Amino acid sequence: MATRLTGALRSLWRAVRRLSGDDGYERYLAHQAAAHPDAPALSRRAWFALQQQQKWSGIKRCC
Amino acid sequence: MKTSFFSLLIWLGVALLGAAAVGGIALNRGESINALWFITAALCVYAIAYRFYAAWIAAAVLCIDETRATPAERLNNGRDFMPTNRWIVFGHHFAAIAGPGPLIGPTLAAQFGYLPGTLWILIGAVLGGCVQDMVTLFFSTRRDGRSLGQMARDELGSIGGIAALVATFLIMVILIAVLGLVVVNAMKHSPWATSTVAATIPIAMLVGLYMYKLRPGRVLEGSALGVILLLLSVAGGGWIDQQAGLRELFDHPGLPLAFAVIGYGFAAAVLPVWLLLAPRDYLSTFMKLGTVILLALAIVWMRPEIKMPALTQFVDGTGPIFGGKLFPFVFITIACGAISGFHSLIASGTTPKLLANERDIRMIGYGGMVLESLVAIMAMIAATVLDPGVYFAINSPAGVVGKTAAEAVATISAWGFPVTVEQMNRLAQQMGETTLFARTGGAPSLAVGMASIFGSAFGEHLLALWYHFAIMFEALFILTTLDAGTRVGRFMLQDLLGNIWQPLGRTSWYPSVLFSSAVVVAAWGYFLYIGVIDPNGGVNILWPLFGISNQILAAIALCVATGILVKSGRLRYAWITALPLAWLVIITSTATWQKISSDDPRIGFLAAANSLSDKLAAGVLPPDKAAVAPQLIFNQQLDAALVLFFAALLWLIVIDMLRVCARHLRGRAVPPLSEAPHYPTRLEEAWQRD
Repeated sequence: MATRLTGALRSLWRAVRRLSGDDGYERYLAHQAAAHPDAPALSRRAWFALQQQQKWSGIKRCC
Repeated sequence: MKTSFFSLLIWLGVALLGAAAVGGIALNRGESINALWFITAALCVYAIAYRFYAAWIAAAVLCIDETRATPAERLNNGRDFMPTNRWIVFGHHFAAIAGPGPLIGPTLAAQFGYLPGTLWILIGAVLGGCVQDMVTLFFSTRRDGRSLGQMARDELGSIGGIAALVATFLIMVILIAVLGLVVVNAMKHSPWATSTVAATIPIAMLVGLYMYKLRPGRVLEGSALGVILLLLSVAGGGWIDQQAGLRELFDHPGLPLAFAVIGYGFAAAVLPVWLLLAPRDYLSTFMKLGTVILLALAIVWMRPEIKMPALTQFVDGTGPIFGGKLFPFVFITIACGAISGFHSLIASGTTPKLLANERDIRMIGYGGMVLESLVAIMAMIAATVLDPGVYFAINSPAGVVGKTAAEAVATISAWGFPVTVEQMNRLAQQMGETTLFARTGGAPSLAVGMASIFGSAFGEHLLALWYHFAIMFEALFILTTLDAGTRVGRFMLQDLLGNIWQPLGRTSWYPSVLFSSAVVVAAWGYFLYIGVIDPNGGVNILWPLFGISNQILAAIALCVATGILVKSGRLRYAWITALPLAWLVIITSTATWQKISSDDPRIGFLAAANSLSDKLAAGVLPPDKAAVAPQLIFNQQLDAALVLFFAALLWLIVIDMLRVCARHLRGRAVPPLSEAPHYPTRLEEAWQRD
């Protein structure tokens, strides 16, 4: 019971992190390792700056 | 066999319940009706539409192919193209499409009574808005996530592409102006609201610094910090309101506040995104989701009674909030929540690049709009739980009901909506405001409605806090739309100017950034300025203009979809988009015609300009009004030209679409379908293997 509850809480927390983009850097590292293992990965700050810049160069919010 | 019998019974039950609820709302006369009926009617209508109509469109019309690889899979780059869990995509999509529009439109349209707006929100959404979002998402997914403008150009020709671009730019300008006006009207002579809204700027910057410098990429930590600070700023605003020396600093009439918003918009457009726009967006998204959920819980928990009649006498066009008859103006006033063209810009471009499988399109495209429509129903409830007299006293501009409280109360009571000065003063005092008369724009009345629902659910003595919380929440994401819209407008303008002189197109060249931002801000700033100096409140002019432009954008999206359906040999199903398109053409053309030719100065732009110039010539205007009259006259003429231009744009693209369809049906050459080739998906097997 307790383990099921903690399991549920953990997956909720994962969903919240995923939705908000909190785990974005970890996912970027995983993608980088899988797709371009030879290329050096960006630092956390450089990745965040790049990601913000890209996110806000198109229509992202509506009326 | 057993399960299908069960499901038949369940859906029969849903249909009967829905019919009873809609019938109850529609036929109720004279007695108050409980808000739960609205929620029940809405949920049943959405459930049936989603289960049957949307499923049929997905299976029979679009022929959704689960085995086909989506652009997210084929072009996966770990950034914008990335296969993503459908609930996550749903969250992103909903956060992107749901803005302040579905909260404001229903509030204004409640002047006709609760019934017309509610029916239009339900019917317009399930047959129009949801279909538009879903088919646009589908067609963009099949075209590597191309934008609406690109699809219009590829499928219909360059005329369609240019029309979509121009319409997008203009709708952005009008949208930002009207939203700016809503914020200004909410802050006018309210030190509490002004100081709280002002505090959101440094709070957003602090969160930006936290997420960028201190703990890069820790979005949740930064947002939690920001939300706590925002809640403190609501309480802090109340404290400032009590301090004799401090409150004057934040007590301003409309004009200086409008210039502050214009200056803010310029700063937000040229500052780096991480400092202001991005953190503000995180905060507003969290606040928006939290408040919408809280409002839904409070409505279900409190079951408030609707006090507005089903229909008011203002269906004849004499309404105080905006002029014009029920047809076509209820359909223009409620765009977001029923059918919103702006969504087609999100449904093409951003969301399709995240879809892991085509089967998610129904849930995200159709379902996302269903949820936004439910938000609009809740806004309608929040507006109609108020005493009608109070609702009209808050939302009617002084130019219509009279400058003093006694005059306003007498006018509104004479309409058959009794209200007293004492009642309004007591309400204003409870909400922590000096006055609630003539607080046009929809935000204050929505905040009063939300505060009274929240107050009765979570504590009556906190009304003033709830009111200013609601104002802060609305202002927060209105300003986010304002920032984001100005920036997008700037990019579009730079793109355009780059064709004339190449360096102007470089988005990182600072002189070009400053110049194009200034042009965009000046464009919406002009309409905001005129809206503030207009004695009739400005909303009367700007909101219909926004509704018309938003629905013309929807019509463009539906034109593209109809064209693709016909060209891909699905003529017999083309009515699913052609029918809402025809309706939009009818209502926007009628509204445009009335806005131009009506003799009533509250409806017709030219009639208003003529009546004002007659008064100016006769010298009957008081000096303060005479001083601004020439500007108002010019603005009315400009608005007439603008609305005519919108209608011309619409007809141009409709005729272009019909021409392409006719050529295709007669076997002549048309631009070929630009669908990407079919590759089988490998995601399913990979996921099953993992």
